[in-house]
Amino acid sequence: MKRPESTIGRMPVSLPAAPPVMSRLPVGAATHCPYCALQCGMNVTPDGITPRDDIPANAGGLCQKGWTAGELLASPHRLTTPLLHGEPVGWDEALDFVAARLGSIQREHGRDAVAVFGGGGLTNEKAYQLGKFARVALRTSQIDYNGRFCMSSAAAASNRAFGLDRGLPFPITDLARADVVLLAGGNVAETMPPFVRHFNKAGRLIVADPRVTATAKLAGLHLQLTPGTDLALALGLLHIAIADGYADLAYLAERVTGFEAVRDSVAAWWPERVERVTGVPVARMREAAHALGTARRAVILTARGAEQHAKGTDTATAFINLALALGLPGREGSGYGCVTGQGNGQGGREHGQKADQLPGYRRIDDPAARAHVAGVWGVDPADLPGPGRSAYELLDALGTPSGPKAMLLFGSNPVVSAPRSRHIAERLAALDLLVVSDLVRSETAELATVVLPTTQWAEEAGTLTNLEGRVLLRRQAVAPPSGVRSDLSVLASLAGRLGHVFSDDPRTVFDELRRASAGGPADYAGITYERIAAETGVFWPCPDEDHPGTPRPFLDRFATPDGRARMIPVEHRPPAEDVDGDYPIYLTTGRVLAHYQSGAQTRRIGPLNQAAPGAFVEMHPDLAERIGVASGDRVRVVGRRGSTEAPARVSPDIRPDTVFMPFHWEGVNRLTNPALDPVSRMPEFKVCAVRVEGAAS
Amino acid sequence: MRLVVVGTGMAGARVVSDVRARSRDIRVTVFGAETWQPYNRVLLSNVLAGTATPDNVRLHDQAWYAEHGVTAVLGTEVTAIDRDCRTVLTADGRREPYDVLVLATGSEPFVPPIPGAELGLPFRTLGDCEKIIQAAGRARRAVVVGGGLLGIEAARGLAGRGLPVTLLHLAGHLMERQLDAEAGLVLGETLTALGVEVRTGAEVTAITEAGVEVTGGLVEGDLVVLACGVRPVVGLAREAGLHVERGVVVDDEMRTDDPAIFAIGECAQHDGQVYGLVAPCWEQAAIVADLITGADTAARYRGSRLVTRLKARSVELAAMGETHLTEDDAEIVRFSHRRTGTYRKLVIRDGRLVGAILVGESAAVGTLTQLYDRGVPLPGDRASLIFPGLAAAAPVADSPVRMPDSAKVCRCNNVTKGQVRACWEEGARDLAAVAAATRATTGCGGCADAVAGIVGWLCEQEEINA
Repeated sequence: MKRPESTIGRMPVSLPAAPPVMSRLPVGAATHCPYCALQCGMNVTPDGITPRDDIPANAGGLCQKGWTAGELLASPHRLTTPLLHGEPVGWDEALDFVAARLGSIQREHGRDAVAVFGGGGLTNEKAYQLGKFARVALRTSQIDYNGRFCMSSAAAASNRAFGLDRGLPFPITDLARADVVLLAGGNVAETMPPFVRHFNKAGRLIVADPRVTATAKLAGLHLQLTPGTDLALALGLLHIAIADGYADLAYLAERVTGFEAVRDSVAAWWPERVERVTGVPVARMREAAHALGTARRAVILTARGAEQHAKGTDTATAFINLALALGLPGREGSGYGCVTGQGNGQGGREHGQKADQLPGYRRIDDPAARAHVAGVWGVDPADLPGPGRSAYELLDALGTPSGPKAMLLFGSNPVVSAPRSRHIAERLAALDLLVVSDLVRSETAELATVVLPTTQWAEEAGTLTNLEGRVLLRRQAVAPPSGVRSDLSVLASLAGRLGHVFSDDPRTVFDELRRASAGGPADYAGITYERIAAETGVFWPCPDEDHPGTPRPFLDRFATPDGRARMIPVEHRPPAEDVDGDYPIYLTTGRVLAHYQSGAQTRRIGPLNQAAPGAFVEMHPDLAERIGVASGDRVRVVGRRGSTEAPARVSPDIRPDTVFMPFHWEGVNRLTNPALDPVSRMPEFKVCAVRVEGAAS
Repeated sequence: MRLVVVGTGMAGARVVSDVRARSRDIRVTVFGAETWQPYNRVLLSNVLAGTATPDNVRLHDQAWYAEHGVTAVLGTEVTAIDRDCRTVLTADGRREPYDVLVLATGSEPFVPPIPGAELGLPFRTLGDCEKIIQAAGRARRAVVVGGGLLGIEAARGLAGRGLPVTLLHLAGHLMERQLDAEAGLVLGETLTALGVEVRTGAEVTAITEAGVEVTGGLVEGDLVVLACGVRPVVGLAREAGLHVERGVVVDDEMRTDDPAIFAIGECAQHDGQVYGLVAPCWEQAAIVADLITGADTAARYRGSRLVTRLKARSVELAAMGETHLTEDDAEIVRFSHRRTGTYRKLVIRDGRLVGAILVGESAAVGTLTQLYDRGVPLPGDRASLIFPGLAAAAPVADSPVRMPDSAKVCRCNNVTKGQVRACWEEGARDLAAVAAATRATTGCGGCADAVAGIVGWLCEQEEINA
């Protein structure tokens, strides 16, 4: 019998030998997966990739993405030379060109004519340095990042409720002790499979999702709600919890403010009303509320399905209110958390690549924060710019009379991943200068004036903060291909040409980050590379080197001025774009197991491409019958902002009024709605109105 | 602009919050006759049943009004409208001028004109509710007059408090406006099983200290609850000379024949209809708020789709739309199983759901409500509409024998049964060996049993063939 093909056995890629660049650290290639926020520990050796047993997040597991991650290290798709107008050039020529153009554009149009766009996959060092580069070297206010499309709603909700945003304010291993876990709008079995290992096998998993996802199939109770109605569901669950006497009044009196106003506001969301809005039967809601209310330990989690809405902050707030009413946050083994998505989605939102933020999760409009950070940077606080545009608003303004004329883009691919993506591609094309740093020619790199080839995960060192708030060490395992430089090196070179001295050494940058974050909400001052290596990760806040780190920051008090969590009344409202006669079907988007984000990396990996070769339109048999298509037929999905085509995948695992498309391929985001959340500026990725029709094949 | 709202019930409270959500500039004064802070009438049955406390049903408290810059005058009845001076007058002599007046005076319980009617307790307000609860504590036996929505919820609530309850209803079956005869019958049997004796076709002739007299005898009881329907409160409007029929007549803007005066909620009559459910009241409140704040001057009310959900523990009932149509006028899908208290009926016209009844727990209720609300085309397979999950219950290849080689065993690492078999044939004889070779089970770990099952089955086959 023939041995099955290359997905079997050891990784079939031979790796370049690791150089001794980490000489001051224990030599080894024990690092982490390049992809999601779980940051599975893995060993990268010339023999291949194996999972690490010492990292709690994956506990020895890896999904197919992790096992095959090494393929991109030796891929022919890899960029190894800078490109200027699409032609290979030397580094000096490329950097000189960029620095000169930045200078002339800023001289002509002002400092804010240059924008910077970052990503939630960048290391803490890169995210920090990018923010500093924008504020100090460019002195532009125009910096934001793709995490705005990812974590911003849950972050805003956690900040206003708890005074602090750490995705999971407890170790992931706490989940194993929870009797009940409610997961709203998350599909971890597909997006970060080893996460599933942490669920209590004897406990109860409740999943709220419009689709019967792989995760919903693991659940004892599935609430198959209408897209865009998560907020109503949360209000209904809280209504039942209060009416049925599950509110923890002693806890509320001691640790929370605002319960009465929230109690009164959810009086208007009785279960029968919520049923009509969400489509979730009253009996199922009661079952969920009862399970949560009677559990000894319970955890409520939200993810992008609930958060990527124009009301995402309020939705996350409503689930936090539910958790607070039940007395969960700040109790060991219980709590509320959001499931961060991107590899460094947590750290990436803490150190200043966000428009309104300075390192250490400080606010850029806070005079004390400005003074502290300006001191570390050796500049006058008055010279630091103020808050700039949020991600979509920034992209939308590019090349317009009042918007930036140039953009430097690191670790992001908005041509695929931004909402109303055709429009965003036009805006990017309207720039005088677009500089893209990437490891492959992404769809966005195709539009760039200058493309800079950058190092990737196993070729560099740095830190990432995973979904638990645990700071982890990414170690260099292999030498980068010749011609490739790190983002830190690029920023140092450009800063030098602009008259500033920036380090290109990750550890030096991290030590500066520690000082800049000291005293802030996300305090890294006591975290060192050595400690991370020795302790397999350190939880922030960690204010000094003798501090053990903080696995559960809310046990004694919340991070608000009075130590109490805030309950805030929120109201449900319909999606920004609801279905109607012309566009009668909801479109929602998400991930498939084999791909990550815009797919720029994973689509270039053979086995992953084999497992999931392209986009598809998941639809219910009732809808397929009505429009006369069968599985595999090409269908066109048409919305107000654009249309796309893909084969139909007919499945009873989705609501008949909804279609699903994965977002790893250019196409579906032409349709998604850039309506923004008023607080987080999150676009409404997860619901818009479309019609679906057969397409000529 | 000065806005005056008369009524702090579901409609009045709602229009105040809707106006405030759209504008901070309008001066708002609201009058409520009840001294209670506004509450959610929909949940009174739960209070009666003891599944909610008065605390759980509050709408706005004084602090809310203060925070939102609304003057709330509670416990004060508005007695007249001086339309010439655009001023309302109150029982305590106050005069409040308005530019826009919204009447949300609601309705009052209908008390049948029979001897001893005053001995019965109407069930309408939070105050009524408290009286009934107090009386229930002393009573030995309760009688509820009226087998509509509210009467059934009251009867169920009292039975839940441990009282023997008799429910009297004039018509031939319960909730005859919403239900067909068989649904009424199934509902009655469900209630009977919960301790409510149901008597239909019972004409009440008098109420005495001993109980309720009906044609054919006395129904004993020392607590009598009246749930005989409601009547719109229209006296204020009528005396002001507004056009009143059953309710205060309004147009599609919810305006009365005086353009400065709107009427919403249970006191209003739109297109011949007076609505008694909260959803239409709130839709009307939103229209009025849109119009008077200018948020949407094109907002118009076109009537509501009615969905009735009974709120009573262990009694699942939903009724919507035109439930009384027959096969002559519509396509009917029906399933009945009295022994389990199940009755499901769909009324379909032009391929769309125009009515439905669901008695007994059903996962279909959420979906059917939305299909009815949206008026979208139904799928061809009608059975799956009342038996959701029927279509989804595809045959599962649960045993390694029946599973095709192409079946994916490990999703996380994209491993098929064929690949497991191939690696077994290469010599992998246990789970660890298969995992090392294929990476199956190394992701979420959920397929460990399935992979072990395949390996075990292959080993068995080998022994059998050996």
